[in-house]
Amino acid sequence: MTLTAKAPQTGSIADEPRHDCRNAYVETLADLARADHRIVGVVNDSVGSSKLDAFKKAFPDRLINVGIAEQDMVGVAAGLASGGRIPFVSAASCFLTARALEQIKADVAYSDHNVKLCGMSPGVAYGELGPTHHSIEDLAWLRAIDNLTVVVPADPVETAAAMRWAAATEGPVFIRVSRMGVPVVYREDYEFVPGRAVTLRDGQDVTLISNGTVLWRALAAAEQLAQEGIEARVLSMPTVKPVDVQAVVAAARETEGIVTAEEATRAGGLGGAVAETVVEHHPTRMRILGIPEFAPTGAAGFLLDRYGMSPDGIADAARKVLRRR
Amino acid sequence: MPVLGRLDSSARREDQVAHLAEVARQIRIQDLKLVHHGGAGHIGGDFSAIDILTVLYGAVLDVSPATVEDPERDRFILSKGHVAGALYTTLATFGFLPVEELATFLQPLSRLNGHPNRVKVPGVEANTGPLGHGLPIAVGHALSAKLDVSRRRTFVLTGDGELQEGSNWEAMMAASQHELDSLTVIVDRNRLQQGATTRETNDLDPLDAKAAAFGFSVVEVNGHDHGELLDVLSAVPFRPGKPTFVIAHTHKGHPISFMSNNVKWHHKVPDAEQYQQALDELDALAPDRDARRPA
Repeated sequence: MTLTAKAPQTGSIADEPRHDCRNAYVETLADLARADHRIVGVVNDSVGSSKLDAFKKAFPDRLINVGIAEQDMVGVAAGLASGGRIPFVSAASCFLTARALEQIKADVAYSDHNVKLCGMSPGVAYGELGPTHHSIEDLAWLRAIDNLTVVVPADPVETAAAMRWAAATEGPVFIRVSRMGVPVVYREDYEFVPGRAVTLRDGQDVTLISNGTVLWRALAAAEQLAQEGIEARVLSMPTVKPVDVQAVVAAARETEGIVTAEEATRAGGLGGAVAETVVEHHPTRMRILGIPEFAPTGAAGFLLDRYGMSPDGIADAARKVLRRR
Repeated sequence: MPVLGRLDSSARREDQVAHLAEVARQIRIQDLKLVHHGGAGHIGGDFSAIDILTVLYGAVLDVSPATVEDPERDRFILSKGHVAGALYTTLATFGFLPVEELATFLQPLSRLNGHPNRVKVPGVEANTGPLGHGLPIAVGHALSAKLDVSRRRTFVLTGDGELQEGSNWEAMMAASQHELDSLTVIVDRNRLQQGATTRETNDLDPLDAKAAAFGFSVVEVNGHDHGELLDVLSAVPFRPGKPTFVIAHTHKGHPISFMSNNVKWHHKVPDAEQYQQALDELDALAPDRDARRPA
């Protein structure tokens, strides 16, 4: 059941070394580009912020920089796809998803163009730069669009795995690529399967469902709860759309309640997807953790802690669901 | 209506122009029926664009029903997606769609939606409708052709009011930066938008100077003159390394007397009397009695 999870070397996942997922992103993109001439990068002046300098050196013709012009960037990617290319659009998630939302809907998803949209530094990664640069609404917006798979990888292994799957699969995809440091959660041989949840830790008392930068925090919360005799199931849900209905329903049936935790708004993201599933199939007690407002000044980690997504905070939400405090 | 097809490229220019004029007339008759029977549509913009569409599909684009899936085909992107009726009628006339299917326009579950869908309708290259989307997609396609060192070309038709969307100018900067001379932008310059003239709304002039300043080679044509359109669209690009910007001067509703250049006909549906009058006016343009619409 926990085969895909990497065992922490230090005793707790919270003490493991942290990694910027953009490094896995650029290494994987270069590997993919070497193996397949159809792969191209498309950026909005975001070569540096997407860490694509080395890619640009290796493939100067295949990194298309349209300048600071997000609508054009996504439209150009759709046109490249119509010409047989596989574009990986790499841009800060806040600008990619907000500014080019109609292009994502019409030119990519509705037109069924084979475009891979990669939202860099999503959520509150740009912490102190403030809510203009936060991308917490992206999951709610994109989850509402038909024919678009929405993926929120949790670590470098999953980032690379999701990219390899996206490159090999025809169709529109959105992948979040985090810059906030995260420990490695998965074993190296992890294979990403869209729409499939991964049980990282089994338990029958309560279920913690998370993804992205918050997943390791949920695992650390489960470690804490175990010391109190509460066995928490930890489900990794990298695909927010489509969500793994079967895994959610099993969690609702087999445990006493569900806590979701994500680096996104409390409305319409992972929590929303799980809540919709639960209400339709097997109502249960739930708590949805996320960012409920335009966040005040603070670093990303500080903000996650502030909104109840520290390991302590997530454990606390689990106790509340279980009515054990 | 028969599938009229295209003349052999070796045809004499005067025969080619006469053929295109007659095809355009037939497409207008068909489109008039489409809008009248469908009970909706954008007939003003349809009639403004039909001559351009006819020349593209009838003599310029390297695409046919047989090569509609060929990766090396020329691409035509209809950015002004609300004139889908004109595109469907043109595609049917050149054999991409069954002519009988035009009767399903806007009917429940028909694939002939009010705006075109590339996934469902052969010959459609992008799902347009929201304005300002076609030109960026065309730039992306022209870039793909350049990367492939391919000769395939990209044509995009935009409205003029549509150029008020900033995404077009983003795309024009990129087209110029990347020296996309396989790209031709055609502007259906009818000077009318939904409720008023472009001049009254958000003026585009001097459009030629603006396009030139953005790095395009600019040409102006009478967008209802099949000979002029044929000469210009067959001759692109005019300057190596530069994308082409064709300002096609047109009238909404052309050539129907009560529709032409009348802002009320943006998406008005002709009643029975207007329908008959428009048909009569189109009949009167027939080159000879035999070619007239059967009673």
